[in-house]
Amino acid sequence: MFHRFIRTLASAALLAAFASPALAQDSKVADELAKYREALADGNPADLLEVKGEGLWSEKRGPKKASLEQCDLGLGPGKLEGAYASLPRYFKDTGKVMDVESRLVHCMVTLQGFTVAEATRNWYSKPGTESDIEALVTFIGAKSNGKPINVPATHPEEAKMAKMGEYIFYRRSGPQDFSCSICHGQEGKRIRLQELGNLTTKDGSGTAMKTWPSYRVSQGAVWTMQRRLIDCMRQARWPEPNYLADSIIALETYLQKTATGTVMETPGIKR
Amino acid sequence: MKLKTSLVTTLALALSLPAFAQKAVEAPGGKFAKEAEQMFRTSFRADNPKYWMTRLEQDDTMKTCLQYRDNPPRPIGQKLERQNAATIRYPVDGKLIGDWKEGEKLAAVGTGGHIGFIQPDPAGRVRGGNCYACHELAKKEVAYGTIGPSLHHFGKIRGNAEEIVKYAYDKIYNSNAFTACTNMPRFGLHSWLTPEQITHIVAFLIDPESPVNKD
Repeated sequence: MFHRFIRTLASAALLAAFASPALAQDSKVADELAKYREALADGNPADLLEVKGEGLWSEKRGPKKASLEQCDLGLGPGKLEGAYASLPRYFKDTGKVMDVESRLVHCMVTLQGFTVAEATRNWYSKPGTESDIEALVTFIGAKSNGKPINVPATHPEEAKMAKMGEYIFYRRSGPQDFSCSICHGQEGKRIRLQELGNLTTKDGSGTAMKTWPSYRVSQGAVWTMQRRLIDCMRQARWPEPNYLADSIIALETYLQKTATGTVMETPGIKR
Repeated sequence: MKLKTSLVTTLALALSLPAFAQKAVEAPGGKFAKEAEQMFRTSFRADNPKYWMTRLEQDDTMKTCLQYRDNPPRPIGQKLERQNAATIRYPVDGKLIGDWKEGEKLAAVGTGGHIGFIQPDPAGRVRGGNCYACHELAKKEVAYGTIGPSLHHFGKIRGNAEEIVKYAYDKIYNSNAFTACTNMPRFGLHSWLTPEQITHIVAFLIDPESPVNKD
């Protein structure tokens, strides 16, 4: 653990060096970023959260003093290997298409006896306030490492969610006329120096989806896919959708379906 | 013989494909589009201020662009372009070239206009054009995006004739007057930038002294 911490520190110093404005050339910046990611691959701060999530998973908590070990994330109670990679999916018991986060909250409510409000109070971390959900999702995500994303959306409810996600992807509104598609519907573009993936292709969507949840250096925190997409909407200058809103799950279904077949590499590390 | 027939068939199919493909593109959401719109609209907290929620409304242009995945058939695109051209308003004094130094600042500012409960912009935060997010402009700024074309040497290449100046102003005010469903925002239409601010950005593009036209 101590070693890992030192590596993380060293990597942070490395980042500071690369972030210097002297680095003018775009390709050079991209190269350095790639090197930086490589250096961090060994000491991703998200690894600490993964360990924490593992502890939370098996700890007896909540009014029912139960662990999450019987939580069914789609592959059966307690079956975690590859579960993240095959979400969102339709669940018979709730009659809904659920993503990893909505299903996790469902388990915290049904197994541990938390209210939804209690379970989601800290759905993302703030300076000084940690998020159990971030830790649990990082742990669950890592259990899909090396597994291909598998959301064929063959169940009619899943297929419908994917279509509805596609609708939201192309929907333009707001004072900047934005949609997801204007930045993420073409190949080989950049915003400032940030490369943009074409999320309408398997390649682009796969590259994006395989690394979530991800440690975001600029935020100093691990972000889940819900956090990522809700912030996209903020950047589009729209109001924020609710945490676990169906429209976010629909977008995830659309993206995971498009990315299906791509091998997971999580937790990732990003700008 | 069989091979020949299949070759001819393949060829015919390939030739007819582009026209066929264009017709076959389904509107996003397919038969669930209406339901998806409803689902999206009900995804928000009830205590969002009303003026925030108005940002989800779509005018004709936005609705049509969504329906055609930003690639409307030409006659429909032309109709949108005429509609958008009719919205353009000019500064009261009629001057379309402002101060390039002000324009340079506006081109770099990417903040402003963020709402919500998690990370809104503080009240009164400067709202810029954020031109560098998508365009190359002055050579010295290397952190530029490539969603839009390079505008480096915009004035040096095109000069400062009245129609060029007007084009630059109109394009910033309402980009859809020229290309329906372009990625570029309609800065004037949405009052994101004032007509005066737009004249500053025009100056940044056109003025021979502007760094856009140096180096």
